[in-house]
Amino acid sequence: MKSSIFGKLALGAVLIWAGAAIAQDVTGAGASFPAPVYSKWADAYNKATGARINYQSVGSGAGIRQIRGKTVDFGASDAPLTDAELTKDGMIQFPTVIGGVVPVVNIKGITPGQIRMNGQVLGDIYLGKITKWNDAALTALNPGVPLPDATIAVVRRADGSGTSFLFTNYLSKVNADWKAKVGEGTAVNWPTGAGGKGNEGVSAFVGRLPNSIGYVEYSYAKQNKMSHVLMRNKDGVYVAPDDSAFKAAAAGAEWSKTFYQVLTDQPGKDSWPITGATFILMHKAQDKPSSATNSLKFFDWAFANGDKMADDLDYVALPASLKDLIRKQWADNLKDGAGKPIAFK
Amino acid sequence: MSKESAPHGGPPPMAQRTPWADGLFSVLAHGAAWLTLALLAGIIVSLVIGAFPAIEKYGLSFLWRSEWDPVNDEYGGLVMIYGTLMTSFIALLIAVPVSFGIALFLTELSPGWLKRPLGIAIELLAAVPSIVYGMWGLLVFSPILSTYVQQPLQSVFAGVPLLGSLVSGPPVGIGLLSAGIILAIMVIPFIASVMRDVFEVTPPMLKESAYALGSTTWEVVSKIVLPYTKSGVVGGIMLGLGRALGETMAVTFVIGNFNQLNSLSLFEAANSITSALANEFAEAGEGLHSASLIYLGLVLFFITFVVLSLSKLLLMQLKKGEGSRT
Repeated sequence: MKSSIFGKLALGAVLIWAGAAIAQDVTGAGASFPAPVYSKWADAYNKATGARINYQSVGSGAGIRQIRGKTVDFGASDAPLTDAELTKDGMIQFPTVIGGVVPVVNIKGITPGQIRMNGQVLGDIYLGKITKWNDAALTALNPGVPLPDATIAVVRRADGSGTSFLFTNYLSKVNADWKAKVGEGTAVNWPTGAGGKGNEGVSAFVGRLPNSIGYVEYSYAKQNKMSHVLMRNKDGVYVAPDDSAFKAAAAGAEWSKTFYQVLTDQPGKDSWPITGATFILMHKAQDKPSSATNSLKFFDWAFANGDKMADDLDYVALPASLKDLIRKQWADNLKDGAGKPIAFK
Repeated sequence: MSKESAPHGGPPPMAQRTPWADGLFSVLAHGAAWLTLALLAGIIVSLVIGAFPAIEKYGLSFLWRSEWDPVNDEYGGLVMIYGTLMTSFIALLIAVPVSFGIALFLTELSPGWLKRPLGIAIELLAAVPSIVYGMWGLLVFSPILSTYVQQPLQSVFAGVPLLGSLVSGPPVGIGLLSAGIILAIMVIPFIASVMRDVFEVTPPMLKESAYALGSTTWEVVSKIVLPYTKSGVVGGIMLGLGRALGETMAVTFVIGNFNQLNSLSLFEAANSITSALANEFAEAGEGLHSASLIYLGLVLFFITFVVLSLSKLLLMQLKKGEGSRT
């Protein structure tokens, strides 16, 4: 009697497990910045096709570790891996969406876009060299703006993040002192400032502290109506952060050469200087061609149908030419055990 | 075990069933105890293996190196170790006297009708999730601390050598002191409820006799209750210290997460071991960065171990003193 109950339970468990396997789950893990758009896409994709995509937003570093260990079907990272690293691990990467990092301030009487900055000044503030809002370097860029005689409260990310990577990468390009003393990375040895955890931590700090400056993802700045700063780009034009400025920055990159593109300090009179794409990582040689096919089908579907959803969440979709390049990459590089390309159409 | 099987002629049903159940129980109990030990050993071993690249490179110098530079792959744990110890110290400095007062009031001074609601309220404080304390600390408490404590102190002590540097720093209300105070609020319920429980077990006869001899409440507490309950009191404080050392979420909100050690100020942003782990682990690359973070975890493990051993030693000393006095 007992054994038959257990037998039924075991059979049931096997059936449930088999059912889950038939549903063709694909698992990905990594960067938290694109997590909202990936889950939106996954949800819509599930409704359209019935296939399920599980995306775990665990951070870029953990995502890279997991795809190296092959515990997930695709990894996601905000900072691209260099071509040498990719070759070493036998992986390819491709961008999915573009976003921007925006310096935001909280000064009484200052409206969004009223303060102008360049990379040199921004770097000096984060180095602790400029400590007052009415410093000569700031007043020279902002004639007529009532900058207070107050200490600048510097706020930055406490956790390692792709946002910090873009920010420090930009500062390293435009501020020689920053490059020498601090450098670039998802976590760096910050010379000054208080650290908030996540974009929400930084925006909470900036919102709360008078006379503060911080940097957040564009969508956070927009949704929380924070006072953004106008940045001087490579062509010497002061630009405001918005979708078109991020698109302009992405347009100039030479994607056909390599997908290792950090879109900071790009030429073009409309480009926002702190822009970056977020990337997906996959192994070239696929042990499980069927789940690779499912992953690629998902991204192919998202590239075809997901632009509007990305837009609604304040990300910028990739240009069509770049999407074609990515599809070509898939066909050329992703192979199953027998050396055949992975199908995704 | 098999030798102990039921002797012939004993009370039949019990004797036949007991050895089997007893054996099983003994295996389970032993198993549970060994499992704990095995888990502990397993944690230590995996921490050491994970931290090995950092241990190999820095050895013990990791403990007093203060730079933490992921870009150049240079790591040292001094800032976080200092932050952990300092915040826990501040927390105990505040929490112990307050908890003592609470426990004393509840057991000796409080009117009967207030005892239960007050006791329950304090125990409820322990049930508040730590992230709530963290957010409250960041959004409500630190502005108050900055406006009403730090800025007045800074203007009073401006120019005074030691005190001036103790209160320097940007007026944001984030740093060692606010983390310490938040931790104090979090550990008070633990320490207070343990103290109250042990104060309550002091035999009423002893207390009443002292009162009968004309002792004041303070004399009863300091000469009867405290000596009688000292091991419980030390135990309660150690419980609080353990919680303060390991607290992560609330600390990470208010400590500022700043990996530089360039001032003595209590108001300067700093970092603690747990906060560094929580913030950096997910994004740490393979190699020295994650190894150093695991090394920090090992150091925290070691600190907790030392704290526990010290408290045991202290209790043994106290017991010895007890013997000689009588």
